[in-house]
Amino acid sequence: MQELIERAKALLADGTVSRVLGWRATDTPFGPEPAFFESGEELNEFVYNCFCGANLSKYLIESSALEGKTLAFLKPCDTYSFNQLCKEHRIDRGKTYIIGVGCKGKITVERLHELGIKGILDVEDAGDTLTVKTLYGEKSCPYSDAMLERCHACKGKEHRVADEVIGESADTTDTDRFAKVTELEQMTSKERYAFFQAELSKCIRCNACRNVCPVCNCRKCVFDGNAFDSVQKANATEFEEKMFHIIRAFHVAGRCTDCGECSRVCPQGIPLHLLNRKLIKDMDAFYGEYQAGEDTSTVSPLTAYTEHDIEPEAGKGGNE
Amino acid sequence: MSGCNCSGRDVLIPQVGVITDIRTETPDVKSFRVCAPGGGKLFEHMPGQCAMLCVPGVSEGMFSITSSPTVQDYQEFSIKRCGMLTDHLHSLSVGDQITVRGPYGNHFPVESELRGKDLLFVAGGIGLAPLRSVIGYVSDHRADYGTVDILYGSRSKEDLVKYDEITGVWSKADGVNVHLTIDRAEDGWDGHVGFVPAYLKELGFSSDKTALLCGPPIMIRFSLETLMEMGFSKKQVYTTLELRMKCGVGKCGRCNIGSKYVCKDGPVFRCDEIDALPDEY
Amino acid sequence: MTQRLSREELPRLYAAIAQVADLFLPVKRAGKTNFALWNTQTEVDLDTLKTAKSPKDLFFPQCEPLYTCDWREGNLTVTAQALAERDFVVFGVRGCDLRGLDVLDRVFLSDPVDSFYAARREHGTVIAFACREPEESCFCRTFGVDCAEPGGDVTVWLTDGTLYWRANTPKGQALTDRLDLLGKTDDADEQRLAAEQTAAREIIDRLPYANLFLDGWNGDATEARFASPLWEKLYRPCLACGACTFACPTCQCYDIRDYDTGNGVQRFRCWDSCMYSDFTMMAHGNNRTSQMQRFRQRFMHKLVYFPANNDGMYSCVGCGRCVEQCPSGLNIVKVIKAFEKEAKK
Repeated sequence: MQELIERAKALLADGTVSRVLGWRATDTPFGPEPAFFESGEELNEFVYNCFCGANLSKYLIESSALEGKTLAFLKPCDTYSFNQLCKEHRIDRGKTYIIGVGCKGKITVERLHELGIKGILDVEDAGDTLTVKTLYGEKSCPYSDAMLERCHACKGKEHRVADEVIGESADTTDTDRFAKVTELEQMTSKERYAFFQAELSKCIRCNACRNVCPVCNCRKCVFDGNAFDSVQKANATEFEEKMFHIIRAFHVAGRCTDCGECSRVCPQGIPLHLLNRKLIKDMDAFYGEYQAGEDTSTVSPLTAYTEHDIEPEAGKGGNE
Repeated sequence: MSGCNCSGRDVLIPQVGVITDIRTETPDVKSFRVCAPGGGKLFEHMPGQCAMLCVPGVSEGMFSITSSPTVQDYQEFSIKRCGMLTDHLHSLSVGDQITVRGPYGNHFPVESELRGKDLLFVAGGIGLAPLRSVIGYVSDHRADYGTVDILYGSRSKEDLVKYDEITGVWSKADGVNVHLTIDRAEDGWDGHVGFVPAYLKELGFSSDKTALLCGPPIMIRFSLETLMEMGFSKKQVYTTLELRMKCGVGKCGRCNIGSKYVCKDGPVFRCDEIDALPDEY
Repeated sequence: MTQRLSREELPRLYAAIAQVADLFLPVKRAGKTNFALWNTQTEVDLDTLKTAKSPKDLFFPQCEPLYTCDWREGNLTVTAQALAERDFVVFGVRGCDLRGLDVLDRVFLSDPVDSFYAARREHGTVIAFACREPEESCFCRTFGVDCAEPGGDVTVWLTDGTLYWRANTPKGQALTDRLDLLGKTDDADEQRLAAEQTAAREIIDRLPYANLFLDGWNGDATEARFASPLWEKLYRPCLACGACTFACPTCQCYDIRDYDTGNGVQRFRCWDSCMYSDFTMMAHGNNRTSQMQRFRQRFMHKLVYFPANNDGMYSCVGCGRCVEQCPSGLNIVKVIKAFEKEAKK
């Protein structure tokens, strides 16, 4: 971490960049927050640890409008979102300086809670295991048990874009990314409906998923306003909640990098990424494998037309 | 007052109001008279209070009650077209029904601080709306107040709201002086030309009056500065504030400035009270 | 008088209460625990300390109809939504969330009374649930809440094998009188209960946020706090979502909107969030145009404006849901600590 701080200080000092986007240590040991740093002194609060799951790419949209370059620390998977936003002309690559940071999977305190570890005072990262100091004694668990869902379907240790890379990364994949989607596909439509019904009925329409999503960056969202009944705040009917999430999933289809931020931030623990993954899986099947954000030039299958494109009817079907 | 729940319905539940008269005041201002379906006023109010008008399916919004409480059989609202709801209100006809709830908020202190005082009304554009209720009230209780000066300005002659009433009724009343001004000279206008704050300075009123100030924010700011230069203290100046409102009773949480809710603690504020609020209005 | 029930008999207790009134309690569904209506099939979860959402929506629902407007033969009629008439019991309300209801009472029961909320308060009996194992995000003590003695119409304590029950109000007593499965306690029970409470309070002593520094946060602090440069730094990670406001047991801002019903509209109210960009938007402008202003509003409201209007009462109860749920790791603790650091510089 010290190396990151020193490098950032040097780039600030020699005028290469005007500000630094990273994570700031806070009073909560497991709650670093995304932050902009504008001086060497401020950088003393910089932190990079196993809790730095937040994808910082989206903050570069606002900093693209500022004077000078912004240095951003991106994990391998964050670089996909970054590329996607460059491709959509929402980030000006020329106003960024990217340092790829090493990542071996990120964890959340929420996972620890789910494992039954409560009253957490401190978490020590001892490589493969976590030692957790709690009000109720010391606990430990395998590192991977506390990892974010997305880390179990890691995109690999390569940064897709970086001006330089500091630190080692590891591919933390230990499950089939589409396993849950396949399981849902094999359900009867009734079972599948029940699954999504149970999950989406928890939605409180807080918009955290939308606001954190890198590719949900419309200047004015259709759900903010009075244009139609399904406005941002009402969760009046079951239909409302599904409509919001389904429309959102369709809107980001072909652009979603599967960064998993939607599921990470949902205060009700809804596995929203499953909607996106289903669309990704179908697109892969229909048009060949495609990973949004892998580079800044490949055209998304949904915006490219080819003579051999699958006919609309082909997508119909499923069980029942 | 607004706490009265004697009708047994929640304060958020409106009454049906019938539009009984619509007058086009200016190219973008219309005045609407609203009555209960069976005739008569929907409620009693005091000068400066507001009510929530709603076109079901369109939107609901807070508007100043323009008519004086002394008017017996209706409430009137002068409304400028400036958004979705007001566009729709302007498309309505006599006989159309809307919903109304209120009255909300405090009022100008016509029965306390303003009594016996020489009054100076300073209004710009649609800002006359809340003051007109006070002017009407004062006219109907003439003996309770000293002299009345009305300084009213707008962009052009055709933008002067209630021009007929001003020139026909108010100008002729005893102890009432009307001073009109428009921003730019135009044919057929031989009155004063210039912005309200400048005209205010030119007229140079005695600083023992009590001023009631209403209009666009920029006009309020410069008029207030002028009044200060003329020797008024902020305790002698009243104005109204306007922010987004939904409930009208200080509960929905959006019209606050610091700890004050404009819907409940306002809309009328004395300028020294406003100074104590954080700068977020 | 404290009564007791063996833990295994809890399902019988739920059934007995459900005979008397609708019973709401923490239920685990799709991995998250929230208050929900009990039936014999529900998976009751008393082990999760805090429900994801506070129980406020049992009294102030996220969405509720207010009235309908119908056009009939050219005439507009307004029909008010009927008020709650069914008695209900909320079992398992933590001390912090109960204080949250006190805060909501200040808003909705003050003149003019919100009759929709008032009806639910009148028909609802609250069974408060003492905390046994507080968690790291808790800071209820900062706001004077004793989680080991939470109050309510009835208080219950749950030990390894026993539920202790004590009615505190006539409403709580009335419910108790209709239940015949509660047994008498003896001295040993009282001692065990007292020991449980002591243990819980000792844990509270060791919580990282148990005693936050509230000096300078009061109804008179508007001028001093509003202009602080700290807000500019604090708000930056904020995503402008409403997770904090919707999880919060005291946030009460609402919007009123309508649905088209074909021959009229149904006006409903729904939770709103001061974090949303259109919250104060008007036809001719917006008085809070930046996220910094909206962020500042939320905390100023909780720690300055609300106390100014409510005899010094804060509208934060220290439940810690914002600590757990903010996607960007922002929360009221950070705000309080930032100002503390500044004050002690």
